[in-house]
Amino acid sequence: MKSLYAKIAVLALLAVFPLFVGSDYYRHLVIIALMWVVIGASWNLLAGYTGQVSFGHAIFFGVGAYTAGLCTTQLGISAWWGMLLGGPAAMLVGILIGFICFRLRGAYFALATIAIAEILRLIAIVWRDFTEGMQGILIIQTFRSKVPYYYLALGIAVICMLLIYKIIKSKWGFYFIAIREDQDAAEALGISTFRYKSLSLMVSSFFTGLAGAFYMNYMGFIDPEVVFSLHFISIMAILVSIIGGAGTMWGPSVGAFIMVMLQELFRSSFFGYAPSWVSHAHAMAFGVLVILVIRFMANGVVGDWSKITNLWSKGKPAALVTNGN
Amino acid sequence: MHFFETHRLTKAFGGLIAVNNVTFHVEEGEIYGLIGPNGSGKTTVFNLITAYYPITSGTIRFRGKEMNGLPTWKVCKEGIGRTFQIVKPLARMTVLENVMTSAFCRTSNTAEAREKALEVLQFCEMEKKIDFPAKGLTIGDRKRMEIARALATSPKLLLLDETMAGLTPQEQADGVQLIRKMRNAGITIIIVEHIMHVIMNLCDRILCINYGQEIARGTPAEVANNQNVIEAYLGKE
Repeated sequence: MKSLYAKIAVLALLAVFPLFVGSDYYRHLVIIALMWVVIGASWNLLAGYTGQVSFGHAIFFGVGAYTAGLCTTQLGISAWWGMLLGGPAAMLVGILIGFICFRLRGAYFALATIAIAEILRLIAIVWRDFTEGMQGILIIQTFRSKVPYYYLALGIAVICMLLIYKIIKSKWGFYFIAIREDQDAAEALGISTFRYKSLSLMVSSFFTGLAGAFYMNYMGFIDPEVVFSLHFISIMAILVSIIGGAGTMWGPSVGAFIMVMLQELFRSSFFGYAPSWVSHAHAMAFGVLVILVIRFMANGVVGDWSKITNLWSKGKPAALVTNGN
Repeated sequence: MHFFETHRLTKAFGGLIAVNNVTFHVEEGEIYGLIGPNGSGKTTVFNLITAYYPITSGTIRFRGKEMNGLPTWKVCKEGIGRTFQIVKPLARMTVLENVMTSAFCRTSNTAEAREKALEVLQFCEMEKKIDFPAKGLTIGDRKRMEIARALATSPKLLLLDETMAGLTPQEQADGVQLIRKMRNAGITIIIVEHIMHVIMNLCDRILCINYGQEIARGTPAEVANNQNVIEAYLGKE
C-alpha cells in the first residue's frame, strides 16, 4: 500500500509539473524522459522479463518515427496519423523478426536485431525518393507550447506502464519469466516458447513504435542517424533498463529519468561549469556507469534499492564493497 | 488399444543408435518402470516421448492418438507431464510461482491457477515452502517441486526421470509414498530410476534396456532374476 501511495504521489507530481514549471527547457527534459519510460519499459518486457535481449530497439523506434513522417511527406496527411499507424507498423516488423528468429535459441535474435537496425538505417539513408535520405523529414509542429506534448507523453507512459503491469501479473507474465528462466522447462509446462516470445516482442515493438511516432510529432524533425541510431536509441534503451533495474516493474522508469538527466549534464558540459570536452565524453561516462552498476548493483537502482538505503543508514561506504555481490 | 504405447521407437544421433526398436505399452493406472545401466537410452526415450528430439523412426500413441511430430508444449497439453533428471527449477521464482506457471496450462485465470497450485502443493506436502525462492531449495525439495509442477498441468501420464537420485533414505521413502498417492489419484506413471528397491517396490511391470535395445521385460521379480539384466548391470562371470 505504501508503495501504491508513492506511485500516486509521483504521478500527481508529474501531472502538475508543467503548471508550476514554466521553463520550456525543463518541460522538454521531462517529455523526453517520459518517452524513455515507454521505450525502457518495452525493452524491459522483452529482455528483462522474457530474456530475449534486443540490441536493436532503434528498429521499432525508427519505423514508428518514419511511419509518422511518411504520412506527411508521402500521403500528405497529418503526422498525427502516425500515432495510430506507427505502433502497428513497428509491431509488424517485430512479428517478422520474431517469426524468423524465435524458432532458434541463443544469440541469434540479439545479433539479428543489430543487423536489421543497421539495414534499416542504411535503407533510410539511400532510398532518397521515399525517405528524403540524410536530409531527413521535417514537418511543422502542431503546437508551439510544450504543454500538449507533455500531457500526451505522460498519457502514453501511463497507459504503457498500466498495460505492462497487467501483463506481468497475468498468465503472460508468468510465461515470459518461465521462458527467461529455462526454455526447456517452459516447453514441458505446456508453454509454446515461440508464441510467447513473439507476443512479448509484439507488445514491446508496438510501444517503441508509438514512442517513435510521438518523437516525430514532437521534435518535427527526424533523420536516419538519429532514429535508427545504435547508440542514441538501441544502447540507450538497454542502459535505461539496466541502470534502473532490468526485470523489475518500475526500474526502467527510474532509469529513464536518471539517464536523461545524465545525458543532459554531459551534453551541456554540466551546464557550462565543466570544460567543453566533457560533452564529448558522455559515451565513456555511460560505459563507466554501466561497469559500476554491474559491479555494485547488478539488479539496478530499483532491484538493489535495499542496498542503497542500507548504505544511507549505516553511512559507511565499506558496505558497498562487502555487499558488492 | 493401449493407454500409451511406443512401436519400434528408434533414435539415431548420426551413426550412434541411442534407442533401437523399443516397443512397449502402458495401461491406464499402471506404474511402469524403465531401467537400464548408465547411457542405455532411458532418458532419450523420455525425450522422444516429449518431443525434445525428433524421432528417427517408429510411432508413439497416447490414448489412441499418434503423438509423432507434436511439439513439446502440445505433448504437455495432450496430458503427458514430465520431470527432468537434472532438475530445471525456474530459479528466480518462488515455489508457488513455479507451480502456478504450470497450472496456467489449463486456465488463463490467475486466481484459478493459484488455487490449483496451492492444491497441488498441499498434495505434495510442500505447503510450508510456497514462498521460498526456487533457487534456495535443497535437492530433495527441488525434485519434489518438479513433481508438483508436472502435476499442476493435470497430466494423465507422468514421466518421472530419476526423481529419487541424490535423496536421503527418508526422502526416498517419502517419494515412494508420493508416487503411490499420485497413482491412487488416477495418474499413470512411467518411472526411470536407478535405485532398485524403489523400482522393485513401486512398479507393476518393468522394461530393461541396454545400448538402446530391450534386454528384458516382465514383473519386477522376473526382471531381477533375468540373466541378461544381471550381466548388463554386473558384467559376465
